[in-house]
Amino acid sequence: MKPLREVTGTVAVLDRPDVDTDQIIPKQFLKRIERTGYGQFLFFDWRLDENGDERPGFELNRQEFRSASILLAGRNFGCGSSREHAAWALQDYGFDAIIAPSFGDIFRTNAGKIGMLAIALPADEVERLMESVDLDSGSEMRVDLERRVIVAPDGREVAFDFDETTRHRILHGLDEIALTLQHEDAIAAYETAHGLA
Amino acid sequence: MASTAPQGPPKALYDKIFDDHVVARQPDGTCILYIDRHLVHEVTSPQAFEGLRLAGRKVRAPEKTLAVVDHNVPTTDRREGIADPESRLQVETLAKNAKDFGIEYYNELDVRQGIVHVIGPEQGFTLPGTTIVCGDSHTSTHGAFGALAHGIGTSEVEHVLATQTLYQQRPRTMLLELAGDLPAGLTAKDVILGAIGQVGVDGGVGYVVEYAGDAIRALSMEERMTVCNMSIEWGARAGMIAPDDTTFAYLEGREHAPRGAAFERAVEDWRSLASDPEAEYDTHVVVDVTELVPQVTWGTNPGMVVPVTGAVPDPASFEDADDRIAAERALRYMDLRAGQRIEDIRVDRVFIGSCTNARIEDLRAAAAIVAGQKVDERVKALVVPGSATVRRQAEEEGLDRVFLDAGFEWRLAGCSMCLGMNPDILAPGERCASTSNRNFEGRQGRGGRTHLVSPQMAAAAALHGRFVDVRTLDREPVTA
Repeated sequence: MKPLREVTGTVAVLDRPDVDTDQIIPKQFLKRIERTGYGQFLFFDWRLDENGDERPGFELNRQEFRSASILLAGRNFGCGSSREHAAWALQDYGFDAIIAPSFGDIFRTNAGKIGMLAIALPADEVERLMESVDLDSGSEMRVDLERRVIVAPDGREVAFDFDETTRHRILHGLDEIALTLQHEDAIAAYETAHGLA
Repeated sequence: MASTAPQGPPKALYDKIFDDHVVARQPDGTCILYIDRHLVHEVTSPQAFEGLRLAGRKVRAPEKTLAVVDHNVPTTDRREGIADPESRLQVETLAKNAKDFGIEYYNELDVRQGIVHVIGPEQGFTLPGTTIVCGDSHTSTHGAFGALAHGIGTSEVEHVLATQTLYQQRPRTMLLELAGDLPAGLTAKDVILGAIGQVGVDGGVGYVVEYAGDAIRALSMEERMTVCNMSIEWGARAGMIAPDDTTFAYLEGREHAPRGAAFERAVEDWRSLASDPEAEYDTHVVVDVTELVPQVTWGTNPGMVVPVTGAVPDPASFEDADDRIAAERALRYMDLRAGQRIEDIRVDRVFIGSCTNARIEDLRAAAAIVAGQKVDERVKALVVPGSATVRRQAEEEGLDRVFLDAGFEWRLAGCSMCLGMNPDILAPGERCASTSNRNFEGRQGRGGRTHLVSPQMAAAAALHGRFVDVRTLDREPVTA
């Protein structure tokens, strides 16, 4: 995992509640055994029609959102299935940060594991950010993980919470398993104490 | 094994299990939690094993890991292998990984094969007081045994394989009390769908939920599993129920459960898991089940649900703007209109199966509705037992004949049309009464329309070609 200190880029807006991971990546794309290349399948059924042509009404097909690296989303984003493919697809498509009022619990954890920022803000704050995006010409935003602030298109700074263990790991691009294996003595001691060794 | 300290503040079931599994605590409060049991299936594990190989790591505790194929397997004859090349490769990859890393594995022809959340309890792999994970969101099912069980992604699957631990932050806790006696003809599925309708599809986000109350105590283990299974459908990280005599009776004699004196000792220990009377929760919600009516979902998430006696709601009736827009979208996708009576909705397909409702009791209940009757000629109906064990038992009881005689198809065990990773899918526009857990857009096949119901309601819909209130039917006893 490569270190990530901040994300600066254009913003896409997907203002729908309860976007489930079945929409983010439909099941027919979960049969692959690779970890990469899922971006092309992102929001497959929403993005493309039966003939494989783009649906003009779908938010992410807007020209201004094409190269976005930050996604503003509705509440309970990523609910449903545990498929990490959803996080892989978003990241592979180009998103490094998702900002929403709340997230599906497993999705949020998965995002953290692969170094994609899932940031929860109060609903009215997300709404304000969405309103600050210029839908005609596109807008830029900055997410600063180091300082835990978002710099809105209008220059306003919005602070956010982020769990410290995950923040530290993402800032430095650390391998979580290697970190845990530094606790090998504690794990072994636990197993011995509980008769599990 | 968990044990209760004689002194100290009162603790809830969740706290007892969590505290008992802390290996190390980080300065910010994040804990490294020991994982007792790890279930693995073919869809979310290939990249985890690949990660281990690339880093030269091994599986730390293969004996605490159990692998099974369920999502991709066809439910028709499997002896000739799997036709779809991608599904076949995924299944073969799990077989190879299990062999290379020394993990117990039930292949597609094994007599113990089945949906991962059906076989865990069935084999006694799921035990009270344990921490259980699986790369599958419906791992919450196992919480029915008083286990702390939740779904994880592939990175965490790899982490558990390598370290037998997970990083966990303490979530908020909720007590969901299901009060009153469940009326006749009502099921655990109606209980949980009704509860989700009440608390909302994101009402559990950030919480671990303990289900309690008279209505829960009266449920069998299979019914409790149906309730806990759908915890994730309202956003809860885990759902759990304190173990009691019902739990212990279910577990005794199971393959992986302790035996003899060890079982007696375990039961004594498990009794101490129940939440202390003064235990505190961040939130306490009471849902009264005494007036509950069979539930049918009308929309594209499980919170979009009404009684079968009701009608499709008018989007304008929702207070929240997001809810209004979501309801409008859902009606367009589902091809329904506001005010349409649920009992007037016709179905093309019926699916009785999934980790929510494909255990023996579910099949018995559906068979009791079906017995001696015929599936509506316009309906294609499918029964997919949750495991090969369930299928065998059903056949011993003659349930297969009941379904076959009525015109149902009787299939082999697997996840099947719950998510359609195998050939069992809806065609675009088809409408299905399904005993599964998700009515998301395209879940059962692109353009397919899913209505979630209980096994009884699904069986009745198959016979009548539309939704009917199962309480109004004359039932005949099942004849073996």
